[in-house]
Amino acid sequence: MSTSLLDADSLLAIDVGEVNTRAVLFDVVDGRYRFVAIGTAPTTAAAPYQDVGEGIRLALDHLQRVTGRNLVGPDERLIMPSLADGSGVDTFAATLSVGPPLKVVAVGLLEDVSLESARRLATTTYAQVVEELSLNDRRKQEARIDAILRQRPDLIIVAGGTDGGASQSVMQMIETVGLACYLISESERPEVLYSGNQSLTEEVDAALNSIANLHIAPNVRPILEREQLEPAQLRMIDIFRNARGKQFVGVNELDAWTGQQLIPTSTAFARVVRFLSKVYDPGKGVLGIDVGASATTLAASFAGELTLGVFPQLGLGKGLTARLGPSELSQIIRWLPVEVGEDQLRDYIYNKSLYPTTVPASEEDLWIEEAVARQAIHTAISSVSRGFPPEVANSGSALLPWFEPIIAAGSVLAQAPSPGRSMLMLLDALQPTGVTTLVLDQNNLAAPLGAAASINPILVVQVLESSTFLSLGTVISPVANVRPGTPVLRIRTKQDSGEETSMEIKQGALEVLPLPLGRSAKLNLLPLHRADVGMGGPGRGGSLKVTGGVLGVVIDARGRPLRLPRDAAHKMELYRKWLWSLGG
Amino acid sequence: MLAPVTHILPLATVQRQRVLPVPGRVLVRKGQEVTAADAVAQANLAPQHLVLDVARGLGLPADKADKQVQRKAGERVSEEDVIAGPVGITKRVVRAPRPGRIIVIGSGQVLLEVDSPPFELRAGIPGEVVSLIPDRGVVIENTGALIQGVWGNDRIDFGLMHVLASQPDEALTADQLDVSYRGSVILGGYCGQPDVFSAAADLPLRGLILSSMASSLVPVAASMPYPIIILEGFGPLPMNAAAFNLLSTSDRRQVAINAEPWDRFADKRPEVFIPLPSDGRVSTLHDTIEFAPDQRVRVVRAPHKSQIGTIVTLLTGMEVFSSGVQGPAARVRLDNGEESVLPLANLEVLV
Repeated sequence: MSTSLLDADSLLAIDVGEVNTRAVLFDVVDGRYRFVAIGTAPTTAAAPYQDVGEGIRLALDHLQRVTGRNLVGPDERLIMPSLADGSGVDTFAATLSVGPPLKVVAVGLLEDVSLESARRLATTTYAQVVEELSLNDRRKQEARIDAILRQRPDLIIVAGGTDGGASQSVMQMIETVGLACYLISESERPEVLYSGNQSLTEEVDAALNSIANLHIAPNVRPILEREQLEPAQLRMIDIFRNARGKQFVGVNELDAWTGQQLIPTSTAFARVVRFLSKVYDPGKGVLGIDVGASATTLAASFAGELTLGVFPQLGLGKGLTARLGPSELSQIIRWLPVEVGEDQLRDYIYNKSLYPTTVPASEEDLWIEEAVARQAIHTAISSVSRGFPPEVANSGSALLPWFEPIIAAGSVLAQAPSPGRSMLMLLDALQPTGVTTLVLDQNNLAAPLGAAASINPILVVQVLESSTFLSLGTVISPVANVRPGTPVLRIRTKQDSGEETSMEIKQGALEVLPLPLGRSAKLNLLPLHRADVGMGGPGRGGSLKVTGGVLGVVIDARGRPLRLPRDAAHKMELYRKWLWSLGG
Repeated sequence: MLAPVTHILPLATVQRQRVLPVPGRVLVRKGQEVTAADAVAQANLAPQHLVLDVARGLGLPADKADKQVQRKAGERVSEEDVIAGPVGITKRVVRAPRPGRIIVIGSGQVLLEVDSPPFELRAGIPGEVVSLIPDRGVVIENTGALIQGVWGNDRIDFGLMHVLASQPDEALTADQLDVSYRGSVILGGYCGQPDVFSAAADLPLRGLILSSMASSLVPVAASMPYPIIILEGFGPLPMNAAAFNLLSTSDRRQVAINAEPWDRFADKRPEVFIPLPSDGRVSTLHDTIEFAPDQRVRVVRAPHKSQIGTIVTLLTGMEVFSSGVQGPAARVRLDNGEESVLPLANLEVLV
């Protein structure tokens, strides 16, 4: 891209996470925008500080030490715009994920239609549905009111009625919500988001405006067959910002620095995923996964159409114990190659929820942490994939659609002891099909870039083009219905140097084709036994050009869905073999 | 690097702010002495309401029914009090089915808030009320020993403590809880069996201080009527030496247990408090601190979980641990004499 950067603006982005606060500096280097440096500090939203500002100040101090550039003036304010002596920055963006999930009451008419859309809208930010009201609810009105009061929600989402459709039943719901809000003291009143039948907005406004913090958004179900969450998601950002501003000292000041553009980290992350989906192969989607302490975020975008899921109950922090359902422990144990019983695993999860900032220092702890992360990603993708457009390309309806690339963030993935461990976690949990590239957001830059997108889109483009993310490698996953040991794929490789090699992949194998990072090669894929490599159907192959990642090119022929042995010792033998293949 | 802090102090001046989650009524006055179990404020957290369909009851259209309501919003009513009517030849009336307060009148309906027992906020620690927070709560101050825990079942009480754990890692069993401990607080080690909790409830005990418990017992422990506080975590974990020494030498002292769940955002943490007279050598609570050599630290994750030691040096750069994970670290001399390089993320400072 040839863009003049004569008026180039540096950008500072702050991300206040559950565990760490990061200050990220982007500036022009050699005529193009680049990621310059990052400063980190513990987030200080919790006691004893209870002020996110302290963590921001410490992260900025760190960044100043790393870069030698003054960013904060003697008056403790950000130097903006930058000065002739090189101090300060020109623009600023911020994201935030710290805090307990917003408590949401979801209100709709039909369980599977508007109520489902209200639920899905709640999952687009750090929120948890704590109560639901619908036409199927047989409770009396007073019981519904009391149910809302008991929960003391941060937000009530009201959906229901297609545009010009049901009105009486929607207004009955509004009456219940209004009475509940009336009964809550003014300082404690929740935000109310109305996103139902648009012909009722005036009536809803008249009924709720004086007794609730009312937001009105376009209908999430304008017609029965179509769900549109996006316009309402924009209002969810405002609501999230208001709620966090009330909860934590320092958030409103941070928001003021951004010019009231502070956004949830998950929203910013999703923006980058959507942006990339417009740039990459339109036949495939782009997938982003961020496994954080506050939530696991999953964003999938197909040619700009975004599906976003934010799952606080799947974060690796305090919310861990919320997912200890009857089957969850055994689901986690299936990933474990060490003997860990359900009691020991449950103890581990409870202890981790007490101390979410701790790191696995022993090998057994690491296996458990990675197993919990695998299950979190697996559960999140299973949930989000239900919202994928029906026409997306895949190698089978129950399998992951084709993505290019898959971006992974979060310390369990980005700070794993080796790229091979990150790769194996992603392959196990996601089980990609066809041909894809797995990339790691090692410095958690995706969210800051997403926040920067509305300020300086050129910066985002150029930073993304500058190998900001670490490519783990191209992954080829043949899908075949054959016995282990049966050949499923023959690969002929022609490197740029002219060197030619060939290899045959058998079902059950995880192999690596060495290709140095950044070096490209031409692959000819010849599927055997009607294996599907995502090149037009079972048995269809062809040529493609690939670029090597840190692990070269990985061929995962372990089968879809992946079936691991139950015996831990056998599993360990396999994991050691696979990790050895992946470089340790 | 900022360090997380846990207090295990033999003598300190402790101030605790106790506030209602919603506005309510403060029940005590400034300067008043309170026990841990005294109610200091109250509010209605889960009010119950009834919608009375006056229009239907009187057989009138809504607008006409509204005119027949004899009460005003905010007015208190007793059970069977007439709310609307009489109308017609039969003198139809609508009566209050339960005592309460009229909230809203309109559209032929009356919304009644039914009287229900309010939530009572307990003091949590014994001491003097040093300030009042209007409509919300109080600040209480006292001197004594403070031991912070990691998990609690959201109950508060106080009583005479009996030490049943002779070792920091001893398991507490139901047969140790005989009738002589009725009304007391018990210091135990690890609890792995649910019958311990039911035996303690049968006596009843006024509190249970444990080093650790099986996480499978969380639902049972949460349902017990007396406070249960866990000092270390889940699974068989020995009590850290500092807490064990302090508690085991306080046999037959009055102790208060505030077993409120740990909530870092709300600045709430389960605690044991032993009121003691001040002798002038009272520690001040330091909640904000940075890691430094010579600090006493507790290891909060394997390896060496629950062990106490002293920071020898803070290592520069990143260390690689046996898991392969990298991070900032400290060399720690554990109290058992062993030296180990441990992640700073897995340490908390004891002050």
